[in-house]
Amino acid sequence: MDFIRKQAYLIDFTLSSLLRRKGKNLGLLLVYTLIVFLLASVMLFTHALRKEASIILQQSPEIIVQRLVAGRHALIPADYLEKIGQLRGVVSKRGRLWGYFYNPSVKANYTVMAPEHLELTTTEVVIGAGVARALGVGVGDYFTLRSDDGNTYSFQIKELLDEDSELVSSDLVLISEKAYRVITGIPEGQFTDIILSVRNPREVRKVAEKLTEKLPDIRPILREEILRTYDSIFSWRQGIVFVLLFGALMAFVIFAWDKASGLSAEEKREIGILKAVGWESGDVLRMKFWEGMIISLSAFMLGYLAAYLHVFYSSAVLFEPVLKGWATLYPQFRLTPFIDGLQLATLFFFTIFPYVVATIIPIWRASVTDPDAIMR
Amino acid sequence: MLITLTDINKVFNQGKHNEFQAIRDISLQIEAGKVTCIKGASGSGKTTLLSIIGCLSRPTSGRVTLDKEVLSGLPERFLTDIRRHTFGFVFQKFNLIQGLSVLENIMLPAYPLSLNHKALKTSAQQLIVHFGLDRVMHNPVEWLSGGESQRVAICRALINKPQILIADEPTANLDTRLSQEFMELIDELRKTGKTILITSHDPVVFDSPVVDRIVEMRDGQILES
Repeated sequence: MDFIRKQAYLIDFTLSSLLRRKGKNLGLLLVYTLIVFLLASVMLFTHALRKEASIILQQSPEIIVQRLVAGRHALIPADYLEKIGQLRGVVSKRGRLWGYFYNPSVKANYTVMAPEHLELTTTEVVIGAGVARALGVGVGDYFTLRSDDGNTYSFQIKELLDEDSELVSSDLVLISEKAYRVITGIPEGQFTDIILSVRNPREVRKVAEKLTEKLPDIRPILREEILRTYDSIFSWRQGIVFVLLFGALMAFVIFAWDKASGLSAEEKREIGILKAVGWESGDVLRMKFWEGMIISLSAFMLGYLAAYLHVFYSSAVLFEPVLKGWATLYPQFRLTPFIDGLQLATLFFFTIFPYVVATIIPIWRASVTDPDAIMR
Repeated sequence: MLITLTDINKVFNQGKHNEFQAIRDISLQIEAGKVTCIKGASGSGKTTLLSIIGCLSRPTSGRVTLDKEVLSGLPERFLTDIRRHTFGFVFQKFNLIQGLSVLENIMLPAYPLSLNHKALKTSAQQLIVHFGLDRVMHNPVEWLSGGESQRVAICRALINKPQILIADEPTANLDTRLSQEFMELIDELRKTGKTILITSHDPVVFDSPVVDRIVEMRDGQILES
């Protein structure tokens, strides 16, 4: 009970002490909160994106087979489907048609695909939300694609792709297989690539090995490799942003160190008075510890909360150009909130611990000195 | 409580180019329940001596005893405990904490004792009323006059009910009338049985009938007692 009462007195004094230096402490709190906000935003955003991408990509094919000619991606003949089908463990296989179309008017690439499970006539199209936004079109409007030989083809928009998958479907354009072959000039019996599913997910790598043995000109791409690629893209982008923020972080560290380590004459005198009237060095240290904790914890919580709102409710508007998407058609979506405990702990450690230590050391030095010497 | 100083020396910045000996071989006894005034010019070592007696600093050599307990070799934690329960200090510039109210300043020394807040507040308020500060109880101390500030400093010194009150140049920042008022307060406290130790070079203090004994200092030594 005594311990709690003592802490309550110390916290009470700490709060009044903070209020007495309102301007200085508010300034510090503001800068501190801003730093936590920026770092937490990047961390939350990239983590949520990775998680989001992995969830969406769970539905993607287990193996994509591409054909390489002189190291370049080439069309794959339909008879490869039969050759692949003879392999044990492969349960389904399908040829795909897809490619990129550049639209100079919006300065963006579309990813155009011929889907299997969607019934489309040769004049119908389904587009991603990013494409619809860029062109300002909706269901029932007309959408045009221009082929390599200069002809233009018009399609009526049948529907827009679900916004939940916008992270990977923002720039997507879906047309019928027939229309795709007409526009691209890819003849019947040829595909862009082949997708496979295997019976036992643990044998995916083994199946891929067998494929390359049987068909040396093909390259199997596994879903886990795609996931890893996304992961490294987001990690790389996160790293870039951290490098950009490093200057700000360093400025804050110097500022905090200067504030925390350089006790003013007034603060030293106050410590001397407290000791002279009967406070132990430990009481002074505890009081200053609470002061550091109140500032750093408040900044941490405010910064983290602001970052949470920024990432999950405003779609990370500040970092959109750096961290989001891989086309010019930036996806707009609300991320599902994911918080990684380890990331939270890392951020906590790197923002709170240095500040509290920087605060405590000079106070400790002052508090173990004779009160008379400090007051003099 | 009898305070005994034996062969006390205090050297500042020992071994450095600016080494300075503030106290030289002082031996002195301060009797319990009396008002002792240490008199001397500025720089004579009065404040240093007072700091050593009040455990605010340690002597370079020599021994300080309180009744039969030797204080000079005690670790910091014990010294703090003695300082907290035995001594009350009134400093020359009062050393009140700016921004805190009169009430908060007075309660400050009792915080580490973890007393019940209500009881602590009540005893602080009793002191405030006794010393005529009730009108300014919730005002920040920087709003107070010199006399009021000194009374707050006295209240703060008394909150933990110390046996010994130490006042360093208490009238240095006061006019004659307020200095006389201060001596009246000292007289009142003496009557409660407290040991009071004052440093001063103000005649209002050392010529006061309240003072039982005068110790004169010069250049870190006692001239007469």
